[in-house]
Amino acid sequence: MEWVNIVIQGVLIGGLYAMFAAGLALIFGVMRLVNIAHGDLIVLAAYIALMTTDTLGINPLLAILIVAPVMAAIGYCLQRALLNRTLGEDLLPPLLVTFGLSVIIQNALLELFTADSRRLNAGAIEVASFPLAPGVWIGLLPLLQFVVAVAVIAALQLLFYRTAFGRAFRATSDDQSVAQLMGLDNRHIFALAMALSLAVIAVAGVFIAVRTNFDPAIGPARLIFGFEAVIIGGLGSMWGTLAGGIILGVSQAIGAQINPGWQLLAGHLAFLLILALRPEGLFPKVRG
Amino acid sequence: MREPLLDVRALDAYYGDFQALFGVSLRLAAGEVVAVIGANGAGKSTLLKCIAGVIASRHDGILFESEPIGDAPAHAVVARGIALVPEGRRLFSSLSVEENLLIGGQLGRPGPWRLSRIYELFPALAARRHAASTSLSGGEQQMVAIGRALMSNPTLLLCDEISLGLAPVVVREVYARLPAIVAEGSSLVIVEQDIVQALKAANHVYCLQEGRVALAGAAATLTREAISAAYFGA
Amino acid sequence: MIAAFKVEHATRSSRIGMAAFASALVLLAAAPAWGGRDDLRLLAEMYAYVALASLWNLLAGYAGLVSIGQQAYVGLGGYVLFASTILAGLHPLLAVPIAGAVAAIVALPVAALMFRLRGHYFAIGTWVVAEVFRLSASQISALGGGSGISLPASIVTAMAPSRQLREFLIYWVALVLMVAVLAAIVLLLRSRYGLALTAIRDNELAARSNGVDVTRTKLVVYILTALGTAMIGALIFLQKLRISPDTAFSVNDWTAFVIFITVIGGIGRVEGPIIGTIVFFLLRQTLADLGSLYLLMLGAVAIAVMLMAPKGIWGLIADRFGWQLLPLERRLRFAADARTT
Repeated sequence: MEWVNIVIQGVLIGGLYAMFAAGLALIFGVMRLVNIAHGDLIVLAAYIALMTTDTLGINPLLAILIVAPVMAAIGYCLQRALLNRTLGEDLLPPLLVTFGLSVIIQNALLELFTADSRRLNAGAIEVASFPLAPGVWIGLLPLLQFVVAVAVIAALQLLFYRTAFGRAFRATSDDQSVAQLMGLDNRHIFALAMALSLAVIAVAGVFIAVRTNFDPAIGPARLIFGFEAVIIGGLGSMWGTLAGGIILGVSQAIGAQINPGWQLLAGHLAFLLILALRPEGLFPKVRG
Repeated sequence: MREPLLDVRALDAYYGDFQALFGVSLRLAAGEVVAVIGANGAGKSTLLKCIAGVIASRHDGILFESEPIGDAPAHAVVARGIALVPEGRRLFSSLSVEENLLIGGQLGRPGPWRLSRIYELFPALAARRHAASTSLSGGEQQMVAIGRALMSNPTLLLCDEISLGLAPVVVREVYARLPAIVAEGSSLVIVEQDIVQALKAANHVYCLQEGRVALAGAAATLTREAISAAYFGA
Repeated sequence: MIAAFKVEHATRSSRIGMAAFASALVLLAAAPAWGGRDDLRLLAEMYAYVALASLWNLLAGYAGLVSIGQQAYVGLGGYVLFASTILAGLHPLLAVPIAGAVAAIVALPVAALMFRLRGHYFAIGTWVVAEVFRLSASQISALGGGSGISLPASIVTAMAPSRQLREFLIYWVALVLMVAVLAAIVLLLRSRYGLALTAIRDNELAARSNGVDVTRTKLVVYILTALGTAMIGALIFLQKLRISPDTAFSVNDWTAFVIFITVIGGIGRVEGPIIGTIVFFLLRQTLADLGSLYLLMLGAVAIAVMLMAPKGIWGLIADRFGWQLLPLERRLRFAADARTT
């Protein structure tokens, strides 16, 4: 029974990892950019949620309604003002600029908020749990977060495959120059994609803020989890990233159960194993 | 002519340091079909790309409806009413046939062309509307590419080598649709290697040779000798 | 009939550069005579960064392999040092080449895995590998586990008859190592491998279709870089006398700073890391009290340089004046050509 609980925990946190991954995969798909600052932006969202709850006194989960639009706006401006200028044939500029951005965000947060660990209080929901079966308990908060993650991914799928908006993203991803011939302004499309990615990050950030202690330095680890979930799941598939996140979460949970110091290592090893045996990922989307 | 729909004035074009066009001038009146012919590398595609805004040119080097558009970016040029059917079709590979057409209509410009009208023009596409665009034959893909450009309801349609890689019977089929397109209100500039087809379809012909206009005139009045000389350089 | 020709590398500016370099070397080798303890430590640190940045530059600027996980090898070198001295009883300086050998062996399977990733994903993958090394190191209780370990006094004192001599020894080894790394890089770039690398740097696809074995070239460079990085790592931690997983595998110290140095100095040019290190240490001496604000500024400067002067300081100078400090150009000199450079 203990193991069932462990696996369930792993699955549920996998949803969070999948959200990290979805944001990352989205912008890579549309503009071939990997944002090294991705994890730090998640942490930024957590701090914005902190400021929101401090000033407005609302429940952190409600703060998502404010943090998401704010992060989306930040994403749009960031892309148009800075990142659009790095896009091109050479992969060094976007990588180095986003790396520099990562350092800037971490240290700016350090200056503003100090290295103290913070955590947001979501109230009774944090400790509530209910029995799924005899001896098997599910925390309400982790379950909620998992459901939200699935909903976000489903929404992204819907957006990409059933709306004109998503069509524009996919066309730009296929062929940037011909997309312009359709009247699509690349700079605007890329900025919208980044805004969307940051909106997803915002949701993830708020959940992190509630679930764990956070401080300015935890960003890079989140980037790595998102990245590992993308690779395990396979590029080009949103549901794949969900599967990837779940596998990563379960690996970590099992590792932690064997030895608390092995939690992260177990996840990394699962990632390396998949990379060695099936580098295209478990559910890669085959392009037509 | 009255104010031409399209007025290209002494246009130069560069790829980096390499000059591809030297003082090219071209005029097209509303309702006309102009053909641009020439050997490989003569600058035909370059000319279309300049008009479409893919390559930046001098601000007043290209006038469309009397407005200078030489330095307008591609997405703005489409909004003005010029659509390009690019060389090699260049369909969006992860979009279906219908999605390719729909994205052509992304801008929502008013006009006679909408999905149903495109399917009337190209019935073969209606049957394959949800297929992956890359699973179609060359001729069908060309039709999708043209349809996609038409969906933006262009006043001027630019066709870059639509006969490329197609069997002669398929080429004739595609060209048979052009009059219907003109009838609906679009003017055409077609770049072609197939001279026979170009002469049949066009009112006026320009022949480019190494980036310069070597010959220009009404299709009906040009002799084979004149065209040959201009094409290959006397 | 092809006229007889030979390939020349030197130019007037590179002759001046080499002369300046040689004189600087003499001066630096004599540093124990004119410098104090702190000066020697600072210089040794600078040598380490010049070498690390040069190696990163080789990997990223020439082979196109942008790694943000080189700290894996710095830390590996450090831990090999501590393991070979504490656990195997070897002399610390012997551990330096051993660290290189171990890293070269480890780099092979790492590359096998990492080469399955492209571009940006490769970069993050290298970071994951570094994290795996870090987490694994904290599991080794014999070497201090998560909190780390200090080099036992007995091993330290056994290195040389006096503390002063020991510090001179470490200083000279650091200087020699830096020069060796730079020399190796210059020789590599002047060789046919180097030609292949420059081709890959300019256009990988074209290089491949011209018969360059791109994968093998990249593999060789990756392994050599790992080797060099680990040796430097061993020396760094010999100087620090203490190691822990967090310091050994620190992204900030061994990757962020290295990248900033290379970007500011000039990527893809051998002179870049040298210029970049000097600038970096100047900034550090003047601004380091600012703490995280300093890092923030560093990040901002790197971004600004990347956007506005992507070739870095040396890139600007070299483009403007056509200089090179080290003889790396390839010019054809025909027998009939009576011109001198």
